[in-house]
Amino acid sequence: MIELSGVHKAFGDNRVLRGVDLVIPKGQSMVVIGGSGTGKSVLLKSVLGLVRPDLGTITLDGVDVTKGDRDAFLARFGMLFQGGALFDSLRVWENVAFRLLRGHQKRPKTEARAIAVEKLRRVGLKPEVADLYPAELSGGMQKRVGLARAIAAEPEIIFFDEPTTGLDPIMSGVINELIREIVVEMGATAMTITHDMSSVRAIADRVAMLHQGVIQWTGPVSEMDATPDPYVQQFIHGRADGPIESVR
Amino acid sequence: MSIASPLAALGRPVLRALAAVGRVALFAGEAVSHLFRPPFYGREFLTALIQIGWLSLPVVGLTAIFTGGALALQIYAGGARFNAEAVVPQIVAIGMTRELGPVLGGLMVAARVASSIAAELGTMKVTEQIDALTTLSTNPMKYLAVPRILAATLAVPVLVAVGDSIGIAGGWLVAISRLDFNSAGYLKNTLDFLQFWDIGSGLVKGAVFGFLVALMGCYMGMTSGRGAQGVGAATKAAVVAASVLILASNYLLTEVFFSA
Ligand SMILES: Nc1ncnc2c1ncn2[C@@H]1O[C@H](COP(=O)(O)OP(=O)(O)O)[C@@H](O)[C@H]1O
Ligand SMILES: [Mg+2]
Repeated sequence: MIELSGVHKAFGDNRVLRGVDLVIPKGQSMVVIGGSGTGKSVLLKSVLGLVRPDLGTITLDGVDVTKGDRDAFLARFGMLFQGGALFDSLRVWENVAFRLLRGHQKRPKTEARAIAVEKLRRVGLKPEVADLYPAELSGGMQKRVGLARAIAAEPEIIFFDEPTTGLDPIMSGVINELIREIVVEMGATAMTITHDMSSVRAIADRVAMLHQGVIQWTGPVSEMDATPDPYVQQFIHGRADGPIESVR
Repeated sequence: MSIASPLAALGRPVLRALAAVGRVALFAGEAVSHLFRPPFYGREFLTALIQIGWLSLPVVGLTAIFTGGALALQIYAGGARFNAEAVVPQIVAIGMTRELGPVLGGLMVAARVASSIAAELGTMKVTEQIDALTTLSTNPMKYLAVPRILAATLAVPVLVAVGDSIGIAGGWLVAISRLDFNSAGYLKNTLDFLQFWDIGSGLVKGAVFGFLVALMGCYMGMTSGRGAQGVGAATKAAVVAASVLILASNYLLTEVFFSA
């Protein structure tokens, strides 16, 4: 279980997070929605310690994430970055197998490669892609390689930052299904950021909406459509008029 | 206007500069401390060695040969004013090994290597690749900075040694072809005159300059601002800082090594 309480983060005068309280139960799929620039990526990075909150606490299974063994902590996570963040000096398979080629989870090269090719297949990429460099791929393919890298070491907790942005509808469907599978079959805890309402419905157990630095609404996905919260209603129906300003 | 404000205006940039020096020093300390703690990334080290050492050979060699040649012409012309044309081999040798080899070699490496390290790591920073390394349980300091800093510290002295030899060869070539020096005599004078520390001090300088170049490249890159503009600024800052630090530390090292 991941628990955030009273998390604040500002960059200069830009107060991005202003007291976020959120619980992500173990083995569940939490989807975070919210307008662009509201701090969803910053929220994920805060949990991983890539961004240091100014205030508030974040715990994983009751232990403060800033305390304890950082290597052991990070080994439990997989993360898909919004931009893919592939290492452009390494081939696709070396990116996917990065964790399997060094450190505690190191294994023989051929085995690591085989796992990488299998993960690539799961995100809908052919084995031929394995030997290319990231710069030779389209944006959507890079995103899927990033996804393969995030799941390669079969982590218990996986963060997906906009996994389907830039993908065609069919590929989005494949990725949604994959994320659902990972949660259901592997029992992983997932936290996904997305703007895509069909993704929300496909992968979420619970939904949280971030707006103006706080969690505006959170609840099971089944209650999302019925909630009277005007922010959620405006967002899920994509209306220009409502409490969320369209100029931000 | 209060009397304090001009002082404050003066104090702020000074404080900012001191803070920057402190941050670089902390970064350097951390990098050095990682040198001795596993894991070590051999493949990254070898890549850096090729990038920094091997691929810098042409530019360092060209710099040295033209410098050695020009030095011979100048010393001949200057020496002629007091009938001391004969000192060309000795002065070329000592000038190249003690000063021009390490300093010009260091500056060329600063232009070539500090910029490319800063641009590469800066791009990795703004495209979140450095964050990605962290989430993959790999310390960016160990994986990115340490191999480059170690490679530069070891490779630049070798580049300096090569530059020294090529520079002396440049002087010799000009001396025998343009200035009526006798080839064997020129080489004998050079070899008889040079002492071990003339060369050794230049190599030590080279190691320090190599360290500074890679350190500034890594520091500026890994702390780059956001976007293409941030990377551009980091690259420029890395070259400027590395060049100024080379010249300043060269003076200090010369004081330490040679002042009576
Ligand atoms: N490293 C940073 N430095 C300064 N500002 C940042 C940084 N990271 C994010 N921000 C700012 O925080 C805000 C939220 O960003 P982000 O979390 O990326 O939004 P999104 O919800 O679209 O993922 C934006 O205004 C962004 O400019
Ligand atoms: Mg984002």
